[in-house]
Amino acid sequence: MFSIDFWNWIISGVSDQPLPELAWALGQATSILAVVLVLLLNLAFFMYFDRKIWAAVQLRRGPNVVGPFGLLQSFADLFKFMFKEIVVPSGANKVVFFLAPHIAFTLALTAWAVIPMADGWVIADVNVGILFLFAISSLGVYGIIMGGWASNSKYPFLGALRTAAQMVSYEVSIGFVLITVLLWAGSLNLSEIVRQQELHGWNLFSLLFPMAIVFLISAHAETNRPPFDLPEAESELVAGYMVEYSSAPYLLFMIAELANIVLMCAMFSILFLGGWLPPLDVAPLNAVPGVLWFILKVWLVFLIFGLTKAFVPRYRYDQLMRIGWKVFLPLTLVWVVITAGWLVATDSFPQ
Amino acid sequence: MLQTLAFSVFSCVLIASALMVIAARNPVHSVLFLILAFFNAAGLFILLGAEFLALILVIVYVGAVAVLFLFVVMMLDIDFTELRQGFLQYLPIGSVIGLVLMVELIVVLGAWAIAPGAEGQRAALAAPPAEISNTEALGRILYTDYVYLFQLAGLVLLLAMVGAIVLTLRQRTGVRRQNVDEQVARHPAEAVTLRDVKPGQGA
Repeated sequence: MFSIDFWNWIISGVSDQPLPELAWALGQATSILAVVLVLLLNLAFFMYFDRKIWAAVQLRRGPNVVGPFGLLQSFADLFKFMFKEIVVPSGANKVVFFLAPHIAFTLALTAWAVIPMADGWVIADVNVGILFLFAISSLGVYGIIMGGWASNSKYPFLGALRTAAQMVSYEVSIGFVLITVLLWAGSLNLSEIVRQQELHGWNLFSLLFPMAIVFLISAHAETNRPPFDLPEAESELVAGYMVEYSSAPYLLFMIAELANIVLMCAMFSILFLGGWLPPLDVAPLNAVPGVLWFILKVWLVFLIFGLTKAFVPRYRYDQLMRIGWKVFLPLTLVWVVITAGWLVATDSFPQ
Repeated sequence: MLQTLAFSVFSCVLIASALMVIAARNPVHSVLFLILAFFNAAGLFILLGAEFLALILVIVYVGAVAVLFLFVVMMLDIDFTELRQGFLQYLPIGSVIGLVLMVELIVVLGAWAIAPGAEGQRAALAAPPAEISNTEALGRILYTDYVYLFQLAGLVLLLAMVGAIVLTLRQRTGVRRQNVDEQVARHPAEAVTLRDVKPGQGA
């Protein structure tokens, strides 16, 4: 990464002997800081975008007061949250109560360490990147279940139990979708998966097309997005596991949720839409830097998320569980067999 | 230097949280410390260069098993005084088991001292070539040399799952079930009738 080279250059200017470990640590810290800053700044506009889409579908104006076109609305919300009083329910388990939003927030940001934004633009290019993402997203349930339990209140606890059951159910189908993708690409490394798509075309337009649909729907359920926002179904549970949270801890939960949604968009664009690759490898398109393509794809997938929220009514809990266990699980399981069978039959294992 | 530091942090937190699993008064805290212990064990695996094992540990144990654990413990109605009652009564047998475990651990760790041939055995295991990632190395061993044992383990798990379902599944009579296909196939014409109600006369 450039930041490591930069620190190497700084150190060589200051001291006589090279300090590779120090340069590495400082370089990684710089890249992490840069990614987190850019990500959080982006999230503010993702939030704005989401509300604007929702408003447009319902023929409203949406946020339009703070800043030009209401662009700064998210920052106004941020300051409002920061300066509110923090209310702790009596009998709450204080340590766990405050630990929960921090865990949710930290995990939501951690996953971005392995996301390749462009060729070589990745903090940690680990060779089990896809597993890392899966592990981190399966840990996300802890923030929610801890928050719900520590609130010492009935609605949050019910909301937390619902969420945990929902997230564990949909992880199963997401896991199988990831298996088909890694069979197809022959690697667990996310950059490698994108490079395979450079050779063979996007995974979306291949045998994996149904899996892309399943992944998109499961991603909605995994991030508690409408139409699967049962954990915080306001008509039944007020706000689910977040009922007792106020001020900055609530803000952390909200940012974590949004960061997870954007992470799912990024995963979708890497796994199925060719990550940083241009749609066609022709002159004007491939001159655009890869990172711009990546960001564009993430916003496009987020548009789908936003529209779904506005279009589709909320599912009943038994319908949600039925889709997860009786439709997606068998379908993905069969598709793993089909994908593997196709690769064996045509002897087209990726090298 | 960074590796030594990381190792010290992971192992210290691992041991401390393992202690807290048995020392914490609140069972939910125990499970949370257990999760922390799993997590640090995964960190140690990564330091060993076994990144696949580390992430499988996190996915399977932390992401699935411990969630269900936490689920059950949170919903249990636990009486702390009752929990502490049998403590002295079970102390002797508990300490005997603990002692046996400790002796066994010492024997395992001291195996190279007790049996000088063991070191040679360990050295004889050829390390996989550097260009093969450890995911690939594990896969090669599991699906070639030990494929029957692997299948057998899968069958045992399947059997356990079927057993658990058989034990808990009961068909209750008088329960109205949802049939989604039937609901979707329903036509508005047979479900909705329009009535022209005169004002002030009711239905």
